[in-house]
Formats: sequence, C-alpha cells, structure tokens
Amino acid sequence: MESADGMTDVVVSVREVRLSRGTRLVLAGMTFDVARGEVVALMGLSGSGKTTILRSIAALETFEGGSIDVDRVVLPSGVCPAPVARQLRRKVGMVFQFHCLFDHLTAIKNVTLAPVLAHGIAPDDAERRARELLKVLGVEHRANALPRELSGGEAQRVAIARALAVDPPVLLMDEPTASLDPERRTELAALLRELVSRDRTLIVATHDEEFAGSLATRVLRLSDGVVRAGV
Amino acid sequence: MHRRLIVACVLIGVAWPSFKVLLKADPVAEALQEPAEFRWAGDPEGGAPFVEASPTDPDKLVGFDVEIAELLARELKRTPRFVFVQFSSIDQSIARGDAEIGLSGIEDTPARRSSLSVTIPYYEFREVLSVRDADAQQYRTLRDLGGRRVGTLAGTIAYEVLLNAEREFGLTAIAYEDDVHPYSDLIVGRVDAVLLDNVLAERRRKTVPGFTTQPDSVAVGHYIGVLSAGNAALRDAANEILRGAMRDGSLEAIFRKWSVWNDDQPPLYRRLLNGEPVAPISGVELSSVATTSRWSATLLYLPALLRSSVVTIVLSCLSMALAVALGVLIASGRVYGNRAGRAVLIGYVELMRGTPVLLQLFVLYYGIAAAVRLPAFIAAFLGLALNYAAYESEIYRASLEAVSKGQLEAARTLGLTEMQVLRHIRGPQAFRLALAPMTNDFVALLKDSSLVSVLTVMELTKQTQVFATNLGSWVIPGSLCAALYLAMSLPLSSLARRLEEKWKAPTA
Repeated sequence: MESADGMTDVVVSVREVRLSRGTRLVLAGMTFDVARGEVVALMGLSGSGKTTILRSIAALETFEGGSIDVDRVVLPSGVCPAPVARQLRRKVGMVFQFHCLFDHLTAIKNVTLAPVLAHGIAPDDAERRARELLKVLGVEHRANALPRELSGGEAQRVAIARALAVDPPVLLMDEPTASLDPERRTELAALLRELVSRDRTLIVATHDEEFAGSLATRVLRLSDGVVRAGV
Repeated sequence: MHRRLIVACVLIGVAWPSFKVLLKADPVAEALQEPAEFRWAGDPEGGAPFVEASPTDPDKLVGFDVEIAELLARELKRTPRFVFVQFSSIDQSIARGDAEIGLSGIEDTPARRSSLSVTIPYYEFREVLSVRDADAQQYRTLRDLGGRRVGTLAGTIAYEVLLNAEREFGLTAIAYEDDVHPYSDLIVGRVDAVLLDNVLAERRRKTVPGFTTQPDSVAVGHYIGVLSAGNAALRDAANEILRGAMRDGSLEAIFRKWSVWNDDQPPLYRRLLNGEPVAPISGVELSSVATTSRWSATLLYLPALLRSSVVTIVLSCLSMALAVALGVLIASGRVYGNRAGRAVLIGYVELMRGTPVLLQLFVLYYGIAAAVRLPAFIAAFLGLALNYAAYESEIYRASLEAVSKGQLEAARTLGLTEMQVLRHIRGPQAFRLALAPMTNDFVALLKDSSLVSVLTVMELTKQTQVFATNLGSWVIPGSLCAALYLAMSLPLSSLARRLEEKWKAPTA
C-alpha cells in the first residue's frame, strides 16, 4: 500500500476520521499514514485526540466519518461489523494507559490467556513464550503475582508482554510512561526499541517529549482533533 | 385576631386526643363512658357457617360463632368486640391475652384442655371421609386408602387421625392451610380423599361439586371456646350461659338458622346438662402429645422435625440452584441482549419483585391447576426459584457491570470473543463480587421456604406449628425449629465467608 504523499508499505492509514462527543468534535478529520516498521509518537495537549485515535484504530470507538485501514483491514465509519473487528484483532494490539490487567489472574495467566483462547496456541507453548517475554521485560520473577501485588512499572511491563504475546504487526500504546519514574522511562524506551523489529509498527500516544525523542522515528503533533505537524 | 383564633383552634384540635386519653385513664370515667368490652377472637377466613364477613355488608361479621359470642356478651352485659386472629394462632393469641375467648370452630383436644381453659362443648361434629364420586365404592374407609394421598387441615384432629393412619395403613397425609383447597385438589386428583368434619364437608359440597361423603364417620369431636389458663372465672360464667342456652333452645335456634342442627346435638346437650363428662374425641385412639411429658413429646416429634428439615434444605438448595442459573441467563440477557429482549427481562424482574412470593406460589399451584397440575413440591421449587431468579439476576447484572470497562476492552483487543470475555474475564470477577449478596439470598430463601406450606409441603416451620399446636406451647418446638434453621444456615454462612476470603475480589 502506498500513501498519498508517496510513503511505501503503509500499514496504518487514517483518512478524514471524525468523531464527536455531544457537541464537541474530538477528531475533526484526522488523517495520517504509518509505514511498516515505523515508531510513531502522537503528541499533543490533553483533549487533542491522541487516545481517541488510538482507540479508533483498535475499533474500540465508533467514528462518524472517514475510514481507517490497518494492513488491508478497512474499518468503516459507524459500528464496526464483527467479522471486521475479528480480522482487525489479529493485526492490532494495544497497551492501555492504566494497564487494564485482568485483576483475577496472575501475571503469567494474563499473558497466556489470549494466545491460548484466541489463537489456539497450546498452553505449554503459550506459557514458554510468556515466560520469555516476561524475562525480556524484566518481570519474570513476578509471574505468579496478582495485578494488585505489582508496582506500576511491573504492571506496565506485564501489560506490554500481554499485548506482544499475540504477536500483532501493529502495537498501540497509550501513555506508556504515565506511571513510571524518569529512570524507568529511559529503560522502557530502550526496551521497546529492542522489541520493535523491522516488521512491527508502534504507534505511541504520549506527553513525554524525551521519551518520544528517544523512541520514535517520527512524531505527529495533534491539536483539536487533527494532525498539525509531522516531523 | 383571626390568625390567633385559627391557631387556638388548631392547638385544641391537636391536643384533644391527649385529653381524651387522660379522661379514659380514669376507670370510673371509662366505665361511665362505655360498657366493658367482650373481646373474642376468630378467623373470618374460615368462612360460613363459623365466622365470615357478611356478603351484603363486608364490615359486618356473621356465622354461628359470631352469634354465640353475641349471646355470651349479652348475658355478661358487655359489648362484643371481634379480634381478628389467624386460625392456627388462636390458642397462642388467647394465651397471651389478645382476646378473652376464642370461638371459630375450635376443636376440643387433650392439648387444649391441658394448656388452656376450655368451655363445655357447644357442638358435636363427625370427621367424615370425602372421595371423588367415581371412587365412592372403592374408598370407603381410611384402610382402603393405603398408598393414597389424603388431605386435611393441618393441626386438626383429622390431621392427627391421618398421621395415625399413615403409620397403620400406609396412606400419605397432606396438610392444608385452609379447608377450600383440599376439596378442589380432590376434584383435580392431587389427593384421593379428604378427611374433615361434617360441617366443613357440607359447606364445600355447595361450592365444589363432584365428591361423595362416606356415611360412616371416622371420629367424633366437638367445638369449644378457648380461654387463657388463668381465666377460669370467665370460663365458668361462659359455661353457665351455654348450659342456659342449651336448656332454653337458644343454641338450637342459632344452629338451625345456619342449617347445621342435627340429631347429634340433643344427646350431647343432655349429657352436659346432666353433668356427665364428655371426652374431647371419640371413635378413634389418638396418642396426644399433650398427655405425655414435654421431653417425651419432643422425642416423639423430633424425627418429623428432622424429616421436614431435610425437605427445607433440599427444597432451598434446588430452588437456589435454579434461581442462580436463571439469574445468570437473565443478567446476561440484560447486559448483552437487544432492546426488546432487555424490555422483556426487565418486565419479568419487576413482576417477580413487585408481587408477593406467596401470591406467585398460589398462582403456580392453584391458579394454573386446570391447565397444568404441578405436584406440590415441584410448584414450591419452581415458585421459589422463579422468584429468587429475579433477585439473583439483579445482583449478577450489577456485578457484571462493576467489572472495569478497561479490562473488557483489553480482552477484546487481544482477540477474545464476547463469550470468552464473559466466561474468562467478566464472569469470574462478577461471581466474586456477587458471592456475599448471594449467600444472603440463600439464607433468606432458606427461611422463605416456610411459605411453601400453603402448597401442602410439610417443611420445618409448618411441622413446628403442628407440633406446637398439639403440645399447646411454642417454647420447645420454637427453640428446636430455630436451632435446626441455625444448624442449616450457619455452616452456609461460614462456607461463604471462607470462599469470599479465598476469592477475595481484587481492589484497584
């Protein structure tokens, strides 16, 4: 796929996406493309539409106009049909700002649940892969802890492991450094650079200039629901 | 000026009832104001010819017991005042002083003679067996009814007779709360015979066609008035009045008016006027618990109480299991269903929560009997389950909605289907949140199961009531009943506490 501005191998294409809440236009015709293997940081003030566009790409929001194409899966405006959502889930993973780990499951179960249930991977294989991911992320020793027993940084790493466990080509991250101290932020940036291979695309919504600068290959600045500048 | 006058009038109006109370507190003033009342207790639900609301004036009571109460009050130069007491509680109500005398077709029994003051009998009745017309030749006596179900009123002589026959002939005694449904159930085939007194049988014949009353009586009993054990003076006065009414024909006139005078009464009156003793029951040998010691009586009734406890716990467990299953389905439908489905389920929940469970039980057992004849236990099980399902569904719905939206979205982005989200993420967490209120509901259901005695299911409370009626006291039966309920509910609460601790719902 090629974008209007000549970008090759576009994996995420957002076109004129509009979404309003009541009288407020949250996304006012947002348009941008992301190429495969890129690490794109979405930056802007609160309310600029960073989180909403990530949620729209993950089909967690219903938008009123425009379209989103993720690796040839096209999300139309309005309610996303179930088959389209199912196809999309194989392409996109998401790490939420507040981790959203499953409270009743241990860290390892949080990571193995989707590979076993949604992707049909054998439980033993899923656990082996989960332990590898937790090890890479430095939280293997917390595998049997419940989410309430984890620190903010540990929970964030488990959430990343959970998203990576189903090996999505596109990974969305919403404010990944929100609960981390400065030292941990640098560590996380290094870790993500390591994890993002040539074939995986990362779109990160963040307030953190330093984190974006150390991680992103491109920064899109959002304001009032549209992209104002791309560097 | 006008305003002051209005305020003064309002103050006088507000204070007047207090002045009246003060005036009444003076016994002399009270005596001068109105004659003493003669408080008598009865149950109009028993209906004619005993006590019933007049068909032409529902505020007025009519019946032969009403006229006997008026006769007693007139001779005592007092004003009769009726006190409504449920039939099964008249003895206890009299003992605690709610009224001076109970008159409502009350049977003379050894238990009543030993625990209360009782008047001389004023009417003799016969316990008679009624069967469907088609069975008139087949079922003539209790002996013919081995293996069959025979209905009667709980806590009566007839019930005691049936319990004896249960042991002797192998029939099954079915206890009812009223005297209407035994006959209607006889016609629809839920029971094969009814044993009740001839007055009740004759009364039902007028409204329920299709049954035959066998000519031979099973036992002979009497109606009496009951007074508290310490009220011998009023009892003696009442006895004198009754004897006078037997002599001058007043009682005969009353019974003739209500079409229940028969040849059995003159010999009874002759014996009473000659001072001869009259046994409470004749024609049948009954081992009354009232004549044995309290502890022997307790031992006698303990197996029955334990059996009825099993009925209570089995009924409660089955009902709760179905209520939980239905509650989960209703809650899921309300959370995941479309608008029409949700509207139907909301309607169901509001209907079940907005109407008494007793009414629902009646509708299930009696209301739809013409179309579907549910056995009593099944009707009780379904009635409780359908009612509690509505309450359970609200608990589960609230619990499902309490699971954070973020977790559900995370599960969806990971590719889980809605069913997998419900089964693996939402359901388990909702279950932990619902566990404590569920336990509360189970304990409540355990106690609400006592309501099913209206459907002839002999559960723990009903069995206790029968025991207490026959013993003439609630102390031992009530204590045993409470102990058995606690023995069932405390382990349950303890188990729930342990499960809650084990699966403690995680906090944010």
